[in-house]
Amino acid sequence: MSCDLHRDTLDAYADDSLSPAELERVEEHLRTCPACAAQALARMQMKRATRAAAANLALRPEFRMRPEFRMQIEAGIRRERRPFWKTARLLWLPAAAAALIVVGLSTTLLMRHAARNQAVAELLDLHVGTMASSNPVDVVSTDRHTVKPWFQGKLPFTFNLPELQDSPYKLMGGKLVYFKHSPGAQLLFELRKHELSVFIVQEQEGLLSMGAGVTEAGEKGFRVETWSQGGLRYAIVSDTGAGDVHALGDLLRGAAH
Amino acid sequence: MANHTGDSGSFEDLAMPLFASLYNFACWLTQDRAAAEDLVQETYMKGLKGFPSFRQGTNFRAWIYRILRNTFLTSLAGLKASVSLDAEDDAPPEPATDETPESVLLARLESESIQRALEELPVNFREIILLCDLEEMSYQEISLAIGIPVGTVMSRLSRARKALRGLLATKPQGASQ
Repeated sequence: MSCDLHRDTLDAYADDSLSPAELERVEEHLRTCPACAAQALARMQMKRATRAAAANLALRPEFRMRPEFRMQIEAGIRRERRPFWKTARLLWLPAAAAALIVVGLSTTLLMRHAARNQAVAELLDLHVGTMASSNPVDVVSTDRHTVKPWFQGKLPFTFNLPELQDSPYKLMGGKLVYFKHSPGAQLLFELRKHELSVFIVQEQEGLLSMGAGVTEAGEKGFRVETWSQGGLRYAIVSDTGAGDVHALGDLLRGAAH
Repeated sequence: MANHTGDSGSFEDLAMPLFASLYNFACWLTQDRAAAEDLVQETYMKGLKGFPSFRQGTNFRAWIYRILRNTFLTSLAGLKASVSLDAEDDAPPEPATDETPESVLLARLESESIQRALEELPVNFREIILLCDLEEMSYQEISLAIGIPVGTVMSRLSRARKALRGLLATKPQGASQ
C-alpha cells in the first residue's frame, strides 16, 4: 500500500468497528486517496458477497430443518419453565425435598384461604404433599378389605369404606395422617387420572366450624367437600370437578350408615 | 448497525428471534443437518438453564452464540475440527504483498464458490468470518462470543480473510468437488 493506512484499519472500517475518532480520520483519508478508497470499497463488496453466500446455507435441501423442529424447541422451553408442583403431581416425583418445597409453596399460595379457613389449608397441604411424595400411601391396595383393617389399632375410631365395584372410582391405598393434632386416615382414590384424598378424623371442637359443604380452594382449582357424620369429620380434597367430588362423598356417606 | 447491547426480557423473548440465525450458524459449524439440530437444541436448553446467570441489560446475542460455539467445540465433531487452531493468532503479521486484490477476486465470485471456500476454511476462521460478515457483529461482540480479546479478533479475522481469499484465488473457475 502506498500510504500509511494499515489494512486492518480498512477491515475495521468495512466492519463498522472504528471508534468515532478513527472513523473521522479514515474517512478524511479516503476522500483524498483513490487507492485506499478502492480497497475499502472492495472489502465492503467482499463482505456483502460473503454475507449473501453464507446466509442461505440452511436453505439448501440437505440442511433444511425438520418443520417441527422449531416447535419442539419452543415446547422444550415451556416444559422446563413449568411450575414444579404440577409436574410433581403428575409424575409422583420421588423426592422428599420436592415434597417439602411443594408443601411450602402450596401453603404460601393458599395464605388467603388459610386466613379464612386454616383447616382447609391444612388439608390441601396434606393432599398436595401426598401427591409429591414418592410413597403417597403406606398401605397400597385397591381392596377396601385390606385397607380398612390396616388402620385398626392405629386409630381411636373405625370407619366404613364403600363398595366401588360399580363406580368409576378406584381405591389406591391409605396412610395415617395428623390433622389438627389428631390421628386420622387419609385414603387415596383415583378417578380418570385425578387423585382424590379422603380425610377422616374424629370430630372435635375446632372442626365444627368447618360445617358442611364445598370450599373452592383458590386459583389452583382444588376443592374441598366436608361434612360431619357419626362423630367423624370427613373431608375430600381433589382437583377434579365438584360433581365428581360430591359423588364420592355420597358413596362414603352411604357406607357410613 | 453492528452495535447491539442492552438486552432484557424473558429467555423465550430474547432467544426465539435468533432461531433461524443460530440454526444457520450451526449448519456452518457442523456441516450436517442432524448435528446442527442437536447443537441448536442443546444450545437452547443450556441457555435456558443458564439464563439466571445472564446479566439482564448485557448482550444476549453474543451470550447465546458463545454457548453454541462452546457446545460445538466440546462435541466430538468440534474437537476434531478445532485441532491446532489458536496457535496462529500470535504469529507476526505477514507482508501484504502477493495477495490477489479483492477487486480481481470479486469479478470471479459466485455464492457457490464462496460457500465452498468457507466450508474448506478451518472452523475458527469460518466462524469468525460468519460472525463478522453474516451476523454483522462488532469486534466487541465477537470478542464476547468467542471469548478472545478484541485485538485477537482483529488479527484472526485478518488471517481468516486472507485464507478465504487464498482459497478463492486458487480455485479454478467453476470447479466443483
